[in-house]
Amino acid sequence: MTDAPTTRPGLSELDRPNSYIGRAVPRPNLKRLMQGRGQYVSDMSLPRMAHVVFLRSPYAHARILGIDSAEAAAMPGVIAIVTGPELAKVCTPWVGVLSHLKGLKSAPQYPIAVDRACWQGEAVAAIVATSRAAAEDAAERVMVDYEELEPVADMRTALDAATPVIHPELGDNLAFERNLDAGAVDAAFAEADHVVEAEFVFGRHTGVTLEPRSILADWNPGDERLTVYQGTQAPHMMQNIFAKHLALDESQVRVVCKDVGGSFGIKVHVYADDMATAALSKLLRRPVKFVADRLESFNTDIHARDHRCKGRAAVKADGTITAFEIDDLTGIGPYSVYPRTSAIEANQVVNLVGGPYTTPNYRARARVVFQNKNVTCQYRAVGHPIACSVTEGLVDLAAAAIGMDPADIRRRNLIADDAYPCASPSGLRFEALSHHAALDKLLAMMDYSALRAEQAALRAKGIHRGIGLASFIEVTNPSPAFYGVGGARISSQDGVAVRMDATGAIICQTSITEQGQGSEALTAQIVASMLGVPMSRVRVTLGDTDNTPYGGGTWASRGAGIGGEAALQAGKQLRRNILAAAASILQADPDTLDIRDGKIIDAATGAERVPLEELARIVYYRPDTLPPGFQAEMMAVRHFVPRDFPFAFTNGIQASWLEVDTETGFITLLNHWVVEDCGTIINPQLVDEQIRGGVVQGLGAALFEHCRYDERGQLTNATMADYLVPMAAEMPDIDVGHIVSPTKDGELGAKGAGEAGTAGAAACVANAVNDALSPFGARITEIPLTPELILTALGRI
Amino acid sequence: MIAPTPITLTVNGETVAAQVEPRIHLTDFLRENLGLTGTHIGCEHGVCGACTVRLDGEIVRGCLVLAVQADGKSVETIEGLSDSGALDELQAAFRDRNALQCGYCTPAMLLTAHELLARNPTPDRATIREHLSGNYCRCTGYQAIIDAVEIAARARAGAKS
Repeated sequence: MTDAPTTRPGLSELDRPNSYIGRAVPRPNLKRLMQGRGQYVSDMSLPRMAHVVFLRSPYAHARILGIDSAEAAAMPGVIAIVTGPELAKVCTPWVGVLSHLKGLKSAPQYPIAVDRACWQGEAVAAIVATSRAAAEDAAERVMVDYEELEPVADMRTALDAATPVIHPELGDNLAFERNLDAGAVDAAFAEADHVVEAEFVFGRHTGVTLEPRSILADWNPGDERLTVYQGTQAPHMMQNIFAKHLALDESQVRVVCKDVGGSFGIKVHVYADDMATAALSKLLRRPVKFVADRLESFNTDIHARDHRCKGRAAVKADGTITAFEIDDLTGIGPYSVYPRTSAIEANQVVNLVGGPYTTPNYRARARVVFQNKNVTCQYRAVGHPIACSVTEGLVDLAAAAIGMDPADIRRRNLIADDAYPCASPSGLRFEALSHHAALDKLLAMMDYSALRAEQAALRAKGIHRGIGLASFIEVTNPSPAFYGVGGARISSQDGVAVRMDATGAIICQTSITEQGQGSEALTAQIVASMLGVPMSRVRVTLGDTDNTPYGGGTWASRGAGIGGEAALQAGKQLRRNILAAAASILQADPDTLDIRDGKIIDAATGAERVPLEELARIVYYRPDTLPPGFQAEMMAVRHFVPRDFPFAFTNGIQASWLEVDTETGFITLLNHWVVEDCGTIINPQLVDEQIRGGVVQGLGAALFEHCRYDERGQLTNATMADYLVPMAAEMPDIDVGHIVSPTKDGELGAKGAGEAGTAGAAACVANAVNDALSPFGARITEIPLTPELILTALGRI
Repeated sequence: MIAPTPITLTVNGETVAAQVEPRIHLTDFLRENLGLTGTHIGCEHGVCGACTVRLDGEIVRGCLVLAVQADGKSVETIEGLSDSGALDELQAAFRDRNALQCGYCTPAMLLTAHELLARNPTPDRATIREHLSGNYCRCTGYQAIIDAVEIAARARAGAKS
């Protein structure tokens, strides 16, 4: 462990001369994006391409009695109008369950509703036309006869006997329940000096990717192949699913993912719209394109959170927290989303509560219920913001109960930095974390004691500022323990192929994908470092199931740690192969040679022996001059999956400094600090920007973002004007610091960084608001923290 | 649907004559009729700013302008402004500062920042934040963008001095 981000402890392979590991080199793919020359799916067009628009249910729950499309079908440009029963003949339904989530149940979901719509926004008919405008014109003339059914809108009453059961064949509205009881919880509460408790409420929100979901499916009956251009995080997963449900072999499906306009977990799931678009292409034997508009994005992009979690903690007078207990309830919509399921977030909450602390006694119950609202599923930092907000909220309550400073109570209870490896009461295994080093660094960065003094001075003048802290752990680099063990065909390994072409340039194909995180950059950095060539000589291909090794893609903070390690190993193997060829040509021992700056050198003296261009010329054009029996192999492929730990946990801590206007209820964010530990840092700039972007999404959840449903299951703010997200003017600058504890599961040592920001941001803002409001005796455990909530807590409205 | 109407306008310096449906907005016209896909669509209700273009030198939201309203006018898009070099300093700073991730908001962000620097060559951070606050970015958290605009402003000032 070290706190210097640019130091690479004891990793000789990474310390090679002209290494790019640890350097803030610019991403190679930025120029085209800045010049408007990116290729997003929404930009694409193919010959004979048709456009599909979905007519969506205006009701949260309704039976479809009949659909009359005669008038619409006669409109100009209309190619076909297809209903659920018709499309069900082309595309089989799916059920979003995994066997390791014991008892999880869901109902078959179809690409288009067959006889019943279960949320406002579920597609009931597809209108295919020569242009999107023509399809929208026709959609207005499709007449659907609905019988409105009673919706299940409130998760708190979803399990009541009087509440209708959404899928009667399932028996009740309970999708999943998990119970955990570790240690001696009752004894800990009985022996506590104080017991603190609260109910924490988390609003539903969504990802709002700036490019909406987009797909262009092209069934070519001549080739008997389906090519799908899709903004997705997991092309191989989608290849499998299109094949499975459209009665094709996987080899008949190619998924191509070019530029993606934001993802954050939104674009890693199977959407009925995507399945319908692919099925329509097969049915109509021509390319069909679907791009969601913003209004339907709010109603159909997966939502997340929507939890109500009761929490309790037991604390001794000396500040020792001896027990945590939670009872979590979440509403996931009418279906568990395929194939990752909608039980993962609640499962993560159970896993993660109390995670940073030594507290041995922990009891949890989580219940996941169906409702007639849009589906929820995995969005950036799945479960983490809930677990972190509950834990850190209880820790602050415990501190207040015994009159201890929030920093001190954390120092007393955080797992010691020399205690690893160890495990949590929920069974999480930690390889090496650095909570105390992170806390110390954070307090120094923010000058905690000076800030406390400033807070006190301002409070005397009627200015109410608050400081909030939040320690967290983050799940990264998932092994098959996440999905594979439950039967999902979602790969947890990734592959990288590297080859040297006939000019000595390097071509690299990786199964991880790019949505702006820097996957292409970090792959090029690692491969260039291993091969000793300038990064400008490395070209990276990703996002194409025909042209990359098989792998999982980019989600759950896995790209750098898993795909990066595969790139490292592939680069090392190609270096061995190149040196073998060089040794053969130069009649030298390969161990005496190395590659530096694109040239074969004498390892001992650094003297240049032969440039890679010349080596490539010989092996490709004059292999006849090589010794008999020697075959040069200028391509290497390596795959990697973590084997020592099911997940590579990272850790960190965040702090917020903000001001609450007690007259208006408005919050002004003044500063935000993060210290995190993602192990080896491949590109410090990319890591910092992942953290900052993640923090701001967490700040959105804390202050603004909320899918507001009424009691009839109607989403009432499904426009960008009504659903608020963070804008430049409201966001603070964010200071980011690092501790570096590399994972030994692989040579690279990199863990994930994509979700750390989102994991802890809302928790520390809520703690800061409550700190600011402490003179008023007000406490809020609900987000988003709207002015209305604050004024209500202050008793002003 | 109303019959197509003839329009003639200048797009990135080239004269374009077309027949357009009166309901087609400028962004759809640029993307679908002219293939200028660097102008992006994020909301089509005037909030996200992703479709920002220049119309007779002023930035506008292309989704709130009908193509017929651009008749006789001059439109500049990210493609034209990039090729002209007008955005060189901003693009260099965005690249060096990694002020974009997915890049979907970036063309509009560059045009909006370019307008700010034309009006105010040395804006402070609060001014930059305020000026860009009509443009959504979901990836970066904005700080890198603010940094990049500051850096570009200094580069432009240096180039002139």
